[in-house]
Amino acid sequence: MGRYVLRRLLQMIPVFIGATLLIFLMVNVMGDPIAGLCGDKQCDPATAAQLKREFGLDKPVWQQYLTYMGNVFTGDFGTAFNGQKVTELMATAFPVTIRLTIVAILFEIVIGITLGVITGLRRGRPVDTSVLLLTLVVISVPTFVTGLLLQLLLGVEWGWIKPSVSPDAEFGELIVPGLVLASVSLAYVTRLTRTSIAENRRSDYVRTATAKGLPRRRVVVRHLLRNSLIPVVTFIGTDIGALMGGAIVTERIFNIHGVGYQLYQGILRQNTQTVVGFVTVLVLVFLVANLLVDLLYAVLDPRIRYA
Amino acid sequence: MRGATHAKWAACTVAVALAATACGGGGGGNGGGGSGVLSSSWGDPQNPLEPANTNEVQGGKVLDMIFRGLKRYNPKTGAAEDMLAQSIDTSDSQNFKITIKKGWKFSNGEPVTAASFVNAWNYGASLKNNQKNAYFFGYIDGYDKVHPEDGGKQSADTLSGLKVVDDTTFTVKLTQKFSTFPDTLGYAAFAPLPKAFYDDHAGWIGKPVGNGPYQVQSYAKGSQMSLRAWDGYPGSDKAQNGGVDLKVYTDNNTAYTDLMAGNLDLVDDVPAAQLKNVKSDLGDRYLNTPAGIIQTLAFPYYDKNWNKSGSDKVRQGLSMAINRKQITDTIFQKTRTPATDWTSPVLGKEGGFDQSLCGAACSYDPGQAKKLVQQGGGLPGGQVKISYNADTGSHKEWVDAVCNSINNALGNDKACVGNPIGTFADFRNQITQKKMTGPFRAGWQMDYPLIQNFLQPLYYTNASSNDGKWSNKDFDKLVDQANRETDTAKAVGLFQDAEKVVRDNMAAIPLWYQNGSAGWSNRLSNVALNPFSVPVYNEIKVS
Repeated sequence: MGRYVLRRLLQMIPVFIGATLLIFLMVNVMGDPIAGLCGDKQCDPATAAQLKREFGLDKPVWQQYLTYMGNVFTGDFGTAFNGQKVTELMATAFPVTIRLTIVAILFEIVIGITLGVITGLRRGRPVDTSVLLLTLVVISVPTFVTGLLLQLLLGVEWGWIKPSVSPDAEFGELIVPGLVLASVSLAYVTRLTRTSIAENRRSDYVRTATAKGLPRRRVVVRHLLRNSLIPVVTFIGTDIGALMGGAIVTERIFNIHGVGYQLYQGILRQNTQTVVGFVTVLVLVFLVANLLVDLLYAVLDPRIRYA
Repeated sequence: MRGATHAKWAACTVAVALAATACGGGGGGNGGGGSGVLSSSWGDPQNPLEPANTNEVQGGKVLDMIFRGLKRYNPKTGAAEDMLAQSIDTSDSQNFKITIKKGWKFSNGEPVTAASFVNAWNYGASLKNNQKNAYFFGYIDGYDKVHPEDGGKQSADTLSGLKVVDDTTFTVKLTQKFSTFPDTLGYAAFAPLPKAFYDDHAGWIGKPVGNGPYQVQSYAKGSQMSLRAWDGYPGSDKAQNGGVDLKVYTDNNTAYTDLMAGNLDLVDDVPAAQLKNVKSDLGDRYLNTPAGIIQTLAFPYYDKNWNKSGSDKVRQGLSMAINRKQITDTIFQKTRTPATDWTSPVLGKEGGFDQSLCGAACSYDPGQAKKLVQQGGGLPGGQVKISYNADTGSHKEWVDAVCNSINNALGNDKACVGNPIGTFADFRNQITQKKMTGPFRAGWQMDYPLIQNFLQPLYYTNASSNDGKWSNKDFDKLVDQANRETDTAKAVGLFQDAEKVVRDNMAAIPLWYQNGSAGWSNRLSNVALNPFSVPVYNEIKVS
């Protein structure tokens, strides 16, 4: 097991370098960021040159990349154009997005798996059909439609929630945005769990457990669910990264100042430091989440542990 | 017993009511007018909040609240009026003696002196401070030393043209005659700065200190700035409300939704998608007035195709092929006004705005348009491509509409197409590198309400924002004359003569004037937009 973890950690290095290099090149291809800093006016050449020097933009790209990576390893992610340290931006943005992601993941786990188990055990019954239909609707409606509709109904028409989230972005405020963000994945989790449960329900070990006279609850939770969760865990694991990076639509609708917002601003202002910094951290989150998923397999299925 | 319970209830109600008013009074202790605090939509400023480094509206909004300079532009008329300036004297339009009023202070208690101005201007002009508005000090003697054009090492740290005489007096020497120079001093870049700015720069950026009617109570970058009325403000334009909470919105649609839900008091940018509903949603709590912004189509004069004999006819033809009224009505829902000259209505007649200056050349006349383009030798390469940045501002819609209009007028489906460029930075980049091959969108937001500001930076040979590199000796000569002229009315007349040169050559096609818009909740009254399309915050009353 220890060796397995070590190998996985080593694998992360090339992925990390490749991903950051790609992003670095992509942002660089978009042109000279200083040109956009002075609005519709032209920066005077002297100031522009000075700014370029300060941000290191006058050097060749490979050199910029090397300096940047060197700095990253000492914890220095550079400075955004508005004079703020990128680490400072991260310190304000990531906690918010992490809270939003936690809310979304909790919805996925609690509602998604519960619905999945219920429908999986009652395949073909009315409950199953109606949940299947519901998930189909959720999957087919784009997130921004759900988001805007909920915002309009709950926020403006009925006044149950505030349409926008305050800068503090406490858990309570994030429930509706979290639900919106989770909606599509939630539907997938339901469907995955349902299929998996339905499949494993007829397997030998479940029949044995039932024959042993174990209570139904124990059979379902300890035997059936534990084995059926493997595909679901894989999905949720990769979804963590996707939710954090892909929350941009939801964050825009509910005015949440998280990672998506900072990335959007960074791209609009073509701020290499912000974009690469945030993407670097997101890549790390993806990698760690994947590692955790692989480790969780072993917990769920002892056969994998010894393989 | 019953009576006692009643009394208790009454006491509680009073206590609650008192507490509620205290909360509404601006967090206690610092509510200038003693009235409530309003919340307003805001965008994250692009640059650090320094007066000489702020060149966009969002940062400018704050500077307008926490700073007062020598002059201030009247929020209604746009006229430059004395604020801190006691007098600005000159005999030759080149050397100015500026006396400031006594008794003004920064909100941290420091007095505002002549040195507060001189040091701030020196800081703004100095190349090593990377101030994006440094060029505002370009007329002051010694600018080439502190801000060498070629980006080389600066040979001085202070402008030789600025001299402190005593606590309330300083002199300014310009490199050339510039009669309207005093009127430019209302721009935020010329604001005074306290010592604290230099002593603890990072601290100041984190919580700016100025001398205006408001002071910054707290600033959470990227999310909210709380401003409160400053009791010690000595000016006559004291804040009529307890303060303003500026809230950063990622999307102006969300801000509008918040306004509808009663969660926000003021939106100063009504999203295009809501323009249809805004009348029924807000009634008379909606404002849509011209601002000092004009949109034009500029041409690359470095490209031979656009700089040969006859191409002025082509440009005139194109101008006449654009149905401005239809486009402003349908695409912009009347939030733009068809342009009739190269300035802006906010200048007023006396300031140089002329409703008939462009005349026939700016009115839709497809027949004449076709004739002129043919006379001019046709479109270069048979087609014009209008370049614009596709990332912000929804420029695609109007560019397509303009092209449609041109295509219809010229009777040619392929006469005009849009040429989107991915990002604003890349768009600007291609312009500065002179890579444009056809017309491109150009927007000009005035720095100060002067006709000079609409002409000189844009059309003077090698001027800072002359993106098309247009050059015309007659125009330059008239502008120089106008700058020398000490009589304001005559100067304006000369600038208008220069503008006629722009018209006769159709140096750029004027499209429309942009309006500022605002919507507000029924708690507010006396809401107005100034000529820069920024709400006049200090005059807003909160009930």
